[in-house]
Amino acid sequence: MADTGPDIRYLSRLSALRFNAAEVHSAKQDLDRIIEMIEAMRAMDTQGVEPLAHPLEAGQRLRKDKVTEQPQAEDLQTGAPEVREGFYLVPRVVE
Amino acid sequence: MPEPFHELTELRTLLDARQFSALELCDSYLSRIARLNPKLNCLLSVHEDAARTAAQAADRRLAEGESLPLLGIPIVHKDLFCTRGQVTTCGSKILQGWRAPYDATVVERLDAAGAVVLGKCNMDEFAMGSSNENSAYGPVANPWDTSRVTGGSSGGSVASVAAGLAAASTGTDTGGSIRQPAALCGVTGIRPTYGRVSRFGMIAFASSLDQAGPITRSAFDAALMLQAMAGFDSKDSTSTDKGVEDFDAMIAEGGTLPDHQLRLGLPREYFQSLASEPYQEALNAARRLFEQLGMRVSEVSLPSTYAAIPAYYVLACSEASSNLSRFDGVRYGHRSQQPGTLEDLYADSRSEGFGAEVKRRILTGTYCLSYGYYDAYYKKAMRVRRVIRDEFARAFEEVDLLLTPSSPDVAFKRGELAGDHIAMYQQDCYTTPAALAGQPSASIPCGLASGLPLGMQLIGPHFSDALLLRVAHAYQQATDWHRRTPSL
Repeated sequence: MADTGPDIRYLSRLSALRFNAAEVHSAKQDLDRIIEMIEAMRAMDTQGVEPLAHPLEAGQRLRKDKVTEQPQAEDLQTGAPEVREGFYLVPRVVE
Repeated sequence: MPEPFHELTELRTLLDARQFSALELCDSYLSRIARLNPKLNCLLSVHEDAARTAAQAADRRLAEGESLPLLGIPIVHKDLFCTRGQVTTCGSKILQGWRAPYDATVVERLDAAGAVVLGKCNMDEFAMGSSNENSAYGPVANPWDTSRVTGGSSGGSVASVAAGLAAASTGTDTGGSIRQPAALCGVTGIRPTYGRVSRFGMIAFASSLDQAGPITRSAFDAALMLQAMAGFDSKDSTSTDKGVEDFDAMIAEGGTLPDHQLRLGLPREYFQSLASEPYQEALNAARRLFEQLGMRVSEVSLPSTYAAIPAYYVLACSEASSNLSRFDGVRYGHRSQQPGTLEDLYADSRSEGFGAEVKRRILTGTYCLSYGYYDAYYKKAMRVRRVIRDEFARAFEEVDLLLTPSSPDVAFKRGELAGDHIAMYQQDCYTTPAALAGQPSASIPCGLASGLPLGMQLIGPHFSDALLLRVAHAYQQATDWHRRTPSL
């Protein structure tokens, strides 16, 4: 089967976004154009070039395995939409 | 009385000489904000009480004889820096009314330096945009022509400085979000070397690219801000201490140029694609001035420049799709009231909270990282990134700095590029290459075309930030483009 480009319904599920039929159509058009733009890069010969993840190629700095912070759950939960007794509330997932 | 367009060094002298108090200075900016912000929409929140309290504290320290470069200086923060107890929206509806439980390191350091925070700046949602039209809280008007855009994503930050609503601002730059708007609004902005400034407490867009920097009225002011902002932070493992003392040396020496002759490179590819004639002329004039200042100017080539925009969008969107997965309607931010399962809660909260451009980039990134496409897009873009970085490294064997345009043209009209997101992405064509390579790069006002500001970009080798600012300072000593102000 020919590659028809991105499947918006599949991608929207992966990215936890919701689109109605009209939005799926325009998202598909947008993404097709972006991919067309990206093609210019894909044509470059990069054989033998190692991927670069960090612009300065700095290694990951490790710290001592020591507790440095105090629990601050309450503080961090002040911005949560719904919490009770220190727990985040979500719709029931287990019947 | 204070006037709104003083540079930091001038304000320092006036504050230290008690020409006015920090509180009077703060109040003068607050009243200007009250008058002009409704027209410009630069600031999303104004911290009137906190600012006046901080200014009074600065006055007490001044009275005790303290004199720090930023003590009592009114600044504003881009609204993606977390500020404890104050609202941080990141320009998004999903974070409407959200209060961070801690301060970003940049915020903490500027507080410690005695700066007075007046409020927080409008921006493209999650820093995704080049015109500030993607803010959930409305676009920012360009102070030079209010029917035009400011550029983005740090649109509110640059417009605040350009309009004299603050003496300086913080911004962030992922692919050009400090430099491109700085150019369009006629102010100085620098994206420091990647790792120079801590990203802790900055709401993440693309972590391997995001970098905070100052937006100011002059290059010397930028050095004063960076002196306070830069340095290693144990909370950001990519941050580094390297070369922070360079800013101290530059400031102590009054920003003078080094004794040896500097070599300035003009990348052919950047100039070939620049269509605007007045812009070409402005850059030619800058080139001549640098020659008069004793620099040797030559042409260099960065042949893979054309691939920067595509590689940038693959990498930035991929990282964004991952970073923004934290917005789930559970831990913070907007939560949908639609009934449904947990999966529905995630999708509904995100779909209601995110704007169109953010969704577009999440989808793009998800596609580039998805099974079967990862190698062709994400990994390929990482290889292209190395090619681009290596080309910069080779160029910097021949020259000390590069001079380029900062943007394709002057600020465009609001709505002019609406619906054409590819044309919008191309606005960053001169700023994304240095971002991918982690190079320090600054935009400095270099002319006016039809009454609108033009900016030139200086790009340097890693950790040459202070040298870059010295060169910009030398230019600003010999020109007055950075002193031009819009009539408002």
